[in-house]
Amino acid sequence: MTPSAHIRYVLRLADTSLVLGQRLGEWVGHAPALEEDLGLANLSLDLIGQARLLLTYAAELEGRGRNEDDFAMSRDQSDYLNLALVEQLNGDFGRTIVRQFLLDAFQMELYEALQHSKDARLAEIAARASKETRYHLRYSSSWLVRLGDGTEESHRRVQEALDDLWRFTREFFAADEVDEEMARAGIAPSLSELEPRWSARVDEVLNEATLKRPANIRYKWHGKRGEHTEHLGYLLAQMQFLHRAYPGASW
Amino acid sequence: MIAETHSMPFTDRAEPATQRAAAVWRVLADVMDPEIPVLSVVDLGIVRFVRWDAQDQLHIGLTPTYTGCPATEVIQGSVRRALTRAGYADAHIDTVLSPPWTSDWLSREGRRKLAAYGIAPPAEPVSSPRRLFGEPVVACPKCGSDATHKVSDFGSTPCKAHYRCTACLEPFDYFKCF
Repeated sequence: MTPSAHIRYVLRLADTSLVLGQRLGEWVGHAPALEEDLGLANLSLDLIGQARLLLTYAAELEGRGRNEDDFAMSRDQSDYLNLALVEQLNGDFGRTIVRQFLLDAFQMELYEALQHSKDARLAEIAARASKETRYHLRYSSSWLVRLGDGTEESHRRVQEALDDLWRFTREFFAADEVDEEMARAGIAPSLSELEPRWSARVDEVLNEATLKRPANIRYKWHGKRGEHTEHLGYLLAQMQFLHRAYPGASW
Repeated sequence: MIAETHSMPFTDRAEPATQRAAAVWRVLADVMDPEIPVLSVVDLGIVRFVRWDAQDQLHIGLTPTYTGCPATEVIQGSVRRALTRAGYADAHIDTVLSPPWTSDWLSREGRRKLAAYGIAPPAEPVSSPRRLFGEPVVACPKCGSDATHKVSDFGSTPCKAHYRCTACLEPFDYFKCF
């Protein structure tokens, strides 16, 4: 049975946060400085916290007795509905910052708009999450400026990452039937309204960072429809291993 | 329903309306945050209400500080144990998300205790949602100097940032405005 558009919409939000939280967790013990190790781990914690609230809500909407862990640990890749950007590999610190910045700027607009959702539960979660996202955006923006307007090498690396990752941002604003149904119901904002605000914010920071905005190209990833790049499967295999090998394990 | 709601940021809690609510608030005033053991859950401003429903069932409303803060579950456990010890074993703990917690909910007493403990309290009310850059002036909790600089936006727990005083040279934690 295909879950309702409402459940799929909530899962898209949840999975985007969860997958990015898991990716950022890979930096723990490896970041270039202790402060950034803490910083990325803190971002990860916030994102996983948001995912927990959203997955719990999705489980309630579904009403089949599943919980947040069942959703996180027992779904296969094609049932994950995250944006494809967040499953991309960390690469170097600059690439991680570019990925973070593009998503933070999107989540910032999304969560601000969702606070006016007719779905009171989503509005409540969005109000909480938007405060955290604002802090994330501050972190990723200031690093993007430091790296972009830094040395020749740091500039080159973040520009390359930006050029490579930009194509995944098209998916943010490509509305499909789920987005449209949710917008009609007053549950989600219209994505076409978010795009100019996101774009203006991105331009402002890119400009400050002396980085060039890449041209838009056709997107062909549909993470939010369960069609993923090769990277998600490996991430899930690692994240879900324990739960699948020892079902019901607790400590 | 008798409601005792704690909903005024930046002010200390008003006198509870009833004796029995006051007794519960006193129990909660002794439940300490696991990461900052000088602050109680009441100082932190995360107890949203103490009330009894139509069936005379006691409800405590708790709100998380950060969605992913690992202390949230520890705090719920501590509240549960304290209530049980005090004879409120059947109390319900309700998670309240709205309105979301910000550092403005810290009580005045909480701010004073933070500074005495060596953590600089939040410097200003949470500012406009659109504000991205710009830093508040944070006074060193050790020597009081304003000559401090931020080392990192993040610290040892989700609620803190890391600072250093350029007058006395001591590093210190700052309870961030959030």
